[in-house]
Amino acid sequence: MAPKTLYDRIWDAHVAHSAPDGTCLLYVDRHLVHEVTSPQAFEGLRLANRRVRAPEKTIAVPDHNVPTTDGREDPKNMTEDSAIQVAELDRNARDFGINYYPVSDVRQGIVHIVGPEQGWTLPGMTVVCGDSHTSTHGAFGALAHGIGTSEVEHVLATQTLIQKKSKNMKVEITGKLAEGVTAKDVTLSIIGNTGTAGGTGYVIEYCGSVIQNLSMEGRMTVCNMAIEGGARAGLIAPDDTTFDYVRGRPHAPKGALWESALTYWRTLYSDADAEWDKIVTIRGEEIAPVVTWGTSPEDVLAITDVVPSPNNFVGGKVDAVTRSLEYMGLTPGTKLADVKIDTVFIGSCTNGRIEDLRAAAKVLRGKKVKSGLRAMVVPGSGLVRAQAEEEGLADIFRTAGFEWRHAGCSMCLAMNPDQLAPGERCAATSNRNFEGRQGRGGRTHLMSPAMAAAAAITGTLTDVREMMT
Amino acid sequence: MKKFTTLTGIAAPLPLVNVDTDMIIPKQFLKTIKRSGLGVHLFADMRYDEDGQEIADFVLNQPRYQGCSILVTGENFGCGSSREHAPWALLDYGIKCVISSSFADIFYNNCFKNGILPIQLPADAVAILTKDAEKGSNARIIVDLADQSVTTADGKTFSFELDPFKKHCLLHGLDDIGLTLEKAEVIDSFESKLALEQPWI
Repeated sequence: MAPKTLYDRIWDAHVAHSAPDGTCLLYVDRHLVHEVTSPQAFEGLRLANRRVRAPEKTIAVPDHNVPTTDGREDPKNMTEDSAIQVAELDRNARDFGINYYPVSDVRQGIVHIVGPEQGWTLPGMTVVCGDSHTSTHGAFGALAHGIGTSEVEHVLATQTLIQKKSKNMKVEITGKLAEGVTAKDVTLSIIGNTGTAGGTGYVIEYCGSVIQNLSMEGRMTVCNMAIEGGARAGLIAPDDTTFDYVRGRPHAPKGALWESALTYWRTLYSDADAEWDKIVTIRGEEIAPVVTWGTSPEDVLAITDVVPSPNNFVGGKVDAVTRSLEYMGLTPGTKLADVKIDTVFIGSCTNGRIEDLRAAAKVLRGKKVKSGLRAMVVPGSGLVRAQAEEEGLADIFRTAGFEWRHAGCSMCLAMNPDQLAPGERCAATSNRNFEGRQGRGGRTHLMSPAMAAAAAITGTLTDVREMMT
Repeated sequence: MKKFTTLTGIAAPLPLVNVDTDMIIPKQFLKTIKRSGLGVHLFADMRYDEDGQEIADFVLNQPRYQGCSILVTGENFGCGSSREHAPWALLDYGIKCVISSSFADIFYNNCFKNGILPIQLPADAVAILTKDAEKGSNARIIVDLADQSVTTADGKTFSFELDPFKKHCLLHGLDDIGLTLEKAEVIDSFESKLALEQPWI
């Protein structure tokens, strides 16, 4: 048999129909739904008198709009348009009989944190959601990617997607990471290397000793940002780390089913002689704690570096860098570690899990947030929040001067009241530094939770390694 | 979905790389539960100042681009969020065709679900079309989907590649869901097989 990649294997196992031109109907095992990209899809079903084909494989949770302050279950504490979207999701979940975690449920949270946490996401599956960060679930060796609302409607109605196969790309991170370097630094460094369009048309498989040694949460951070590198999906082959994480979760298989699932999951890997359309190799030792300086996630530099000049670039990027430095209010040559910040945001589907909060709390223990700075922690789910309270992390954050919020997407995309003011500069653990992403005129620097915590203490972008000695 | 056959229209140049979907339609406009009405918010943060007044030099605010139906833009257009509000906003504004040297995957796919034709051409062809578009309403670009060609006002023609199935659906305005439901039996049998082979799903 011809050698296969992991992507080939999962793809082949899900093709329900294949046309001569290569257009396939790909079966979807899990469909995750949130309140912003689904109302028009459910409306389409109603207008055409269609049902949800597989409600038991469909999971909904409101996350983008929900406030993160106390009393948020009360619609009166939401803006009117947000409350309408959340109420629509309530109604659609009820009417179509799909699995649902309402705002009042302790299991509510960011859809990409809730799916894995509840065991909905399993190795070898196809997972889709009307959200580009669906790539997160690829950490389990699941083929997971974002779709538009028309496709959400298509999946609701048919449990399939019309697709053509992508190309195979391997990103190998060899060796090991230095002290103070995290999964976030790895994923940002990959995008810095390949560019935001480097993965367009590909499914990426991340591999190598650095990836193998990451925890599941770190792997989710890496796959989460595959889309920022242009790839719809990123994958990591499942192994004992994966199986240990999945075992015992509410919707994971149990007993004999677990054993047969495990037998199958152990066949999910790329053959040693598999063919790749593109290969990128990065030495783990060369990855430093990084931050972004511009308005594209590819604008990545080590914290020890300086703001670049447009002259360092070629082509359309020259104008883009000129524009982004003006937007970011930065001058070429300025040391990144001298850039003062106003706000710190720790959270998002990239870095809102318990290990992220532990990493930030470790830096913050016994320290205070710089006077005048606004800092907030938004746990990725109600269960992450509860666990952080039990472990005493919440107390560390509160004592340091952080606001301790409820779960949601929050300031990652600022659809709820958590936003930056024009010109306000933020150290953020989220995934996009686009113009206006965190609020009109807001300036975003992406980094790891430990780096964001370090910045909160000093009030400038900071090399967390200096705080570790 | 409306059919796309040919289009003759004013092309607006937006020569920026990495135009993301947050730029195309900022998040504050995603709170709608409808597909329509987003055109007025297209490129909102670039198009209006903080008081909601039009920024005169932004391309869509210039008199000579009023009524434009084509956008000629830089590489990696539509990157970032999967929000279909981006093509909805373009279409509601009146833009039915976007020309670039590359598109982000999800945005590219979303266009076809809404009767918008994204055309990918080599960077040097896009540069020529951008120059042409800079002539404003004097220069109309002609797009012919059946022929897979783009022609400038002075007769220069470029051919583009397109997936045959996507082309077929766009030319005939076909509804994907209707097409797939015709294969319901295929999905049924796949689902039965899956239930046997992977009963944990």
